[in-house]
Amino acid sequence: MSTPSASASASARETTEGTVYTVTGGDWDEVVQSAAKADDERIIVNMGPQHPSTHGVLRLILEIEGETVSEARCGIGYLHTGIEKNLEYRTWTQGTTFVTRMDYLTPFFNETAYCLGVEKLLGIEDRIPDRATILRVLLMELNRMSSHLVCIATGGMELGATTIMIYGFRDRELILDIYELITGLRMNHAFIRPGGLAQDLPPGAVDQIREFVKKMHKNLPEYDKLATGNPIFKARMQDVGHLDLAGCMALGATGPVLRSAGLPHDLRKAQPYCGYETYDFDVPTADTCDSYGRFLIRLEEMRQSLRIVEQCLDRLEPGPVMVADKKIAWPAQLSLGPDGLGNSLDHIKKIMGTSMEALIHHFKLVTEGFRVPPGQAYAAVESPKGELGVHVVSDGGTRPYRVHFRDPSFTNLQAMAAMCEGGQVADVIVAVASIDPVMGGVDR
Amino acid sequence: MTEKHPNGEGEHLDGTGVPSPRDTSGEVIGVRRGMFGADDGGDTSGYGGLVRTITLPGASSRPYGGWFDEVADELEGALEEQGLVPENAIEKTVVDRGELTFHIAREHLVRVARTLRDDPALRFELCTGVSGVHFLGDKGRELHAVYHLRSITHNRLIRLEVSAPDADPHVPSLVAVYPTNDWHERETYDFFGLVFDGHPALTRIMMPDDWQGFPQRKDYPLGGIPVEYKGAQIPAPDQRRSYS
Repeated sequence: MSTPSASASASARETTEGTVYTVTGGDWDEVVQSAAKADDERIIVNMGPQHPSTHGVLRLILEIEGETVSEARCGIGYLHTGIEKNLEYRTWTQGTTFVTRMDYLTPFFNETAYCLGVEKLLGIEDRIPDRATILRVLLMELNRMSSHLVCIATGGMELGATTIMIYGFRDRELILDIYELITGLRMNHAFIRPGGLAQDLPPGAVDQIREFVKKMHKNLPEYDKLATGNPIFKARMQDVGHLDLAGCMALGATGPVLRSAGLPHDLRKAQPYCGYETYDFDVPTADTCDSYGRFLIRLEEMRQSLRIVEQCLDRLEPGPVMVADKKIAWPAQLSLGPDGLGNSLDHIKKIMGTSMEALIHHFKLVTEGFRVPPGQAYAAVESPKGELGVHVVSDGGTRPYRVHFRDPSFTNLQAMAAMCEGGQVADVIVAVASIDPVMGGVDR
Repeated sequence: MTEKHPNGEGEHLDGTGVPSPRDTSGEVIGVRRGMFGADDGGDTSGYGGLVRTITLPGASSRPYGGWFDEVADELEGALEEQGLVPENAIEKTVVDRGELTFHIAREHLVRVARTLRDDPALRFELCTGVSGVHFLGDKGRELHAVYHLRSITHNRLIRLEVSAPDADPHVPSLVAVYPTNDWHERETYDFFGLVFDGHPALTRIMMPDDWQGFPQRKDYPLGGIPVEYKGAQIPAPDQRRSYS
């Protein structure tokens, strides 16, 4: 199949489409030399699907002339796991277990958007306890920071700025520790459930978050010192990945990409949910339409998230974290036993020992689930990447009839071609990083 | 039911925990039989004989409330200006759960969307894509395409719904109006087989190019294999007992 090649790092083979070179690292000159031998000037480079700079299994198909990209296309679908189809075969509550895995860097946003949709269908939006809503906001804002930190960290790494990568993951680790304390897991939490939360904050959580806020106030300026004014960093980012407001609107781009074009559109302000209208925060924008502007916006959004987290902590008052309706609320409190997290022993003692009806109720609610009146609803939250919308359809059964996620990564990634064509190959990496696509969300 | 709740909390015994009943003047999309998912005669409770119709919220009549009337008036007026009879384009208007849905005849979809985008009083400049829904029981209009349009100018959100029969799964493409729908329509085509006429390159986007069938249709099985756990066989998810 493969012809003897000049080196092990760039083997060539003949196909019906022409000569195909497989580059696995090594000397770029050798590839260029052998490609120059071909009479065809047009070179198509397949970047990905497992190139480390493509944010997961994204395949970029670039047609290049020298160093200039003349055409760019995305190949996606490598991480498609059929989450939307799978949801139709589980109860409404089990759905959170699936949706949390979509954009795995923003699990709490996926869960909240889904739960807001289900709650709208149930008509119980007004009955979600305050504490549950505040904790949802708290978790979402922590999540916004951890997502932006990964974006900045990996984006820096792709430029060769490994220090930023270390810093970003260092601070994200602090947030993941908080997740682990609260939900038991670092990702894939399934913590936010239709009607409220799976359980209340464990002891010590508020203290740890306050400690984190203090530490973050110290750490955030380090990104400014390291990157914001850094001439090399700026040279790589400025005027790269350009997409103006008209382009954003046409391509449906939201989130930092849209705000880098100067439009302060943020669903937390425009169509507030979870009580965001009562929090004090700003929506940062930039007018540069480029990757550098998006970087600055993400940095500022982390500061604003920190402000919201502080306000959440000040507002927390004891109370229930699940809707009072026993037909929806999970009957048991979860607690940590020797064999892991499970129903509390008190609850088991009660249903097994004293109340047959409670046992039946528990069994029915867990295995059968609750019914949701027929109809459809759309709920949207401002995820770190943009508008995360969920279209939920019920046919009155105990399982979702159809759930569709409008993932911002999926929509924003369409702008890749507009951002990259006519630019340099090296700038493709920066442009894609500034979109911050997560393939788990794109492909679902 | 006793006056006092076993836990001593009696606040939800007044029926507030139950979703309010809906009127029956909706759109029937199917029939649900039985209660416990046992079709093999194993259910002797009598509930297995239950037959219930599934009804989606039906058309609403004016006034719709809030800014809904304003949008509906503006849309009808703008369509009339273009020489279109609004009743022909807008099949029905549904207000449900605080959301406004226009059911649009598919041949008029592009015109309506363009009007919604360009009319200064409407200005729905952002489309959040299309979501397909497959109602097997909705004879003659099995495939639905659902669009959510957002107006940043007026801070509003509406929904457009278009339907097509399984036998003729064609809906006009909105890519010319909302270029963002490019990938969204490819995704809906990929999963539901809805053909968006006029799309520049309607190919599969998630599934492999040579995939047979449209996986998110309701008659397409989920698949899966039974798993053994602690000596017991757990059937594949789509083979398990369903309580719906």
